[in-house]
Amino acid sequence: MAQLTHRTSSLLKPLSFALSSTRHLSSTTPITVETSLPFTGHNIEPPSRSVETTPQELIKFFRDMALMRRMEIASDSLYKAKLIRGFCHLYDGQEAVAVGMESAITRKDCIITAYRDHCLFLGRGGTLVEAFAELMGRKEGCSKGKGGSMHFYKKEGGFYGGHGIVGAQVPLGCGLAFAQKYSKDENVTFAMYGDGAANQGQLFEALNMAALWDLPAILVCENNHYGMGTAEWRAAKSPAYYKRGDYVPGLKVDGMDAFAVKQACKFAKEHALKNGPIILEMDTYRYHGHSMSDPGSTYRTRDEISGVRQERDPVERIRKLVLAHDLATEKELKDTEKEIRKEVDDAIAKAKESPLPDPSELFTNIYVKGYGVESYGADRKELRAVLP
Amino acid sequence: MAFGSLRRIERFGWASSKLEQRGRSIVRRLSTFTEVDESKKNSSHQETGKSNKSVNLFSAINQALHIALETDPRSYVFGEDVGFGGVFRCTSGLSDRFGKRRVFNTPLCEQGIVGFAIGLAAMGNRAIAEIQFADYIFPAFDQIVNEAAKFRYRSGNQFNCGGLTIRAPYGAVGHGGHYHSQSPEAFFCHVPGIKVVIPRSPQQAKGLLLSSIRDPNPVVFFEPKWLYRLAVEEVPDKDYMLPLSEAEVIREGSDITLVGWGAQLSIMEQACFDAEKDGISCELIDLKTLIPWDKETVEASVNKTGRLLVSHEAPITGGFGAEIAASIVERCFLRLEAPVARVCGLDTPFPLVFEPHYMPTKNKILDAIKSTVKY
Repeated sequence: MAQLTHRTSSLLKPLSFALSSTRHLSSTTPITVETSLPFTGHNIEPPSRSVETTPQELIKFFRDMALMRRMEIASDSLYKAKLIRGFCHLYDGQEAVAVGMESAITRKDCIITAYRDHCLFLGRGGTLVEAFAELMGRKEGCSKGKGGSMHFYKKEGGFYGGHGIVGAQVPLGCGLAFAQKYSKDENVTFAMYGDGAANQGQLFEALNMAALWDLPAILVCENNHYGMGTAEWRAAKSPAYYKRGDYVPGLKVDGMDAFAVKQACKFAKEHALKNGPIILEMDTYRYHGHSMSDPGSTYRTRDEISGVRQERDPVERIRKLVLAHDLATEKELKDTEKEIRKEVDDAIAKAKESPLPDPSELFTNIYVKGYGVESYGADRKELRAVLP
Repeated sequence: MAFGSLRRIERFGWASSKLEQRGRSIVRRLSTFTEVDESKKNSSHQETGKSNKSVNLFSAINQALHIALETDPRSYVFGEDVGFGGVFRCTSGLSDRFGKRRVFNTPLCEQGIVGFAIGLAAMGNRAIAEIQFADYIFPAFDQIVNEAAKFRYRSGNQFNCGGLTIRAPYGAVGHGGHYHSQSPEAFFCHVPGIKVVIPRSPQQAKGLLLSSIRDPNPVVFFEPKWLYRLAVEEVPDKDYMLPLSEAEVIREGSDITLVGWGAQLSIMEQACFDAEKDGISCELIDLKTLIPWDKETVEASVNKTGRLLVSHEAPITGGFGAEIAASIVERCFLRLEAPVARVCGLDTPFPLVFEPHYMPTKNKILDAIKSTVKY
């Protein structure tokens, strides 16, 4: 699925670059794996639990997820070192959603999400250097350092980013889907939101429009069970988010199992192209707090977090599968993780070399150049700047 | 959308050291308190009526909310995470003390929160709603502008939501970025029917919040989140109110009048100190209530000084400073000796890495003071 764009520096390699380590099986020999749990459908017959994969894909899942995990942990340290400012929301624990979804769709399909966006960006082909540079507000960042953690975008990867107000991105996703349907290009949009955002009125407005016009929109509720510090049941009368579309069918998916996510996204894409919108509720978990100032331990127990880590961790699940199919040894996987660690460290070093954006960037991208508009500062003599 | 940025301010020494002045130097003047009738007092709060303690701004807000809930059984506090004390700790202890029926969490749905609050207030209750960050108030904009502000007018005074108070932290914190730093007060100043109030210090916050809650009109109360922990001053334990729509001259001077509100005042005050070293005497006015605002106090001051400077964090174009400038030019045209100066946020989205460029800093104000006086 991935377009492999090999560049000169290993740092610039997109996440999707594949590993070649295979042992007894050729990398393309099909393997069938069973999803952890059966799917539960709402107004729809759920897909089968058996998912086809290949050794190559299994190894890639492991690598991609381990890389995402490492990136988020490194971001945590950078934040604590005050190299990342602003708000920062980490994705570790939820990696299977990004990786599984990406494996079922193409870059012509669109993804739009809220502010927990680092890993989805990597999944769409973004590089580590772009990610870290953006996090630190540097010029090389994917949004020229002007967005920061919450505002990652990648136009050529169909990643519509990085939105700050919870739930606001979902109606936008319907607009994207309408454009796709109108141009008959057989692509779909995945509009992601959390269990907290699921209670926003905009979501229901978006659902109605999507269903009314049969838009190829897939509403993905990443249910990590806490809207900031509020447990889902405290905020939602019905935390069965896959059922909340009423007239829109839904599917409940184990979001900690990349293969369940893959199967569900493949199924949803086919459904959406034929019949219109569908909701996927990904049952997932975030290990970090909501944001960097939330320790994440006041509204849930440490036992709960460590229980999920032990029993449902998405990276460990894939590690076990790789070992069970004898595709790599434990040592080889450990070596991969070491490589990843280095790759991340190198990317951070590279990102740190990137300068801050030029001060004139403060005034750019507010209006289109040439419309006779000028942005100016309070002290017009000193800070006057004309759009380039 | 994050848990208390203020915690980060505390943790990061740079913020405190650099900005210490911001909260602490604010002129602490006990202005015109309206003491609440002694006979109505019944609680421990009033037993120690004369004692003052040094508290920070969020604790002052917390005290005001305690008093509001205690003195009126028909008052309610709700919003995202307020049941747990809120992300800025303003609502700590309230649900334990007054119960989950009067202090509760809402789902994450700003439009719903405000709409619900309007209905609750329309039944004669005091609905104190919290919007977690002023940046998140826009989904509720329709409810505030079209429902709350006009309820009394369009029902011919049959209904109103005068018991409604919407609290929201506003403004920069040093590193909040696009969605945790904005100052949206001017949008609401364009809406007759609501009041907009912004306090500058803990003592002001307590008195003004109690007035806002008890005012028979819907009030949008913006709290300077930069000062939640930074600003500390003596706050009377007792139940007191400060009048709305009354500006306060917090520093007297003769050469130029400076008008501001909220966190910006301490920056302006520092500029006043520096200007004084150059022999310029500045008068500083805290507007406190943005609509309906106290034109008379500002007018009297400008008639004395002949010059006016307005400063706010919100972008300059269409900011409330423009309204003040226009009104004062209208009233004091012949007395003005220089154009009205505005030192405000830039006409850009609130930036992440460029926050220091964006902000109306002390030096920008100082430059504007000098060029206005020398005009």
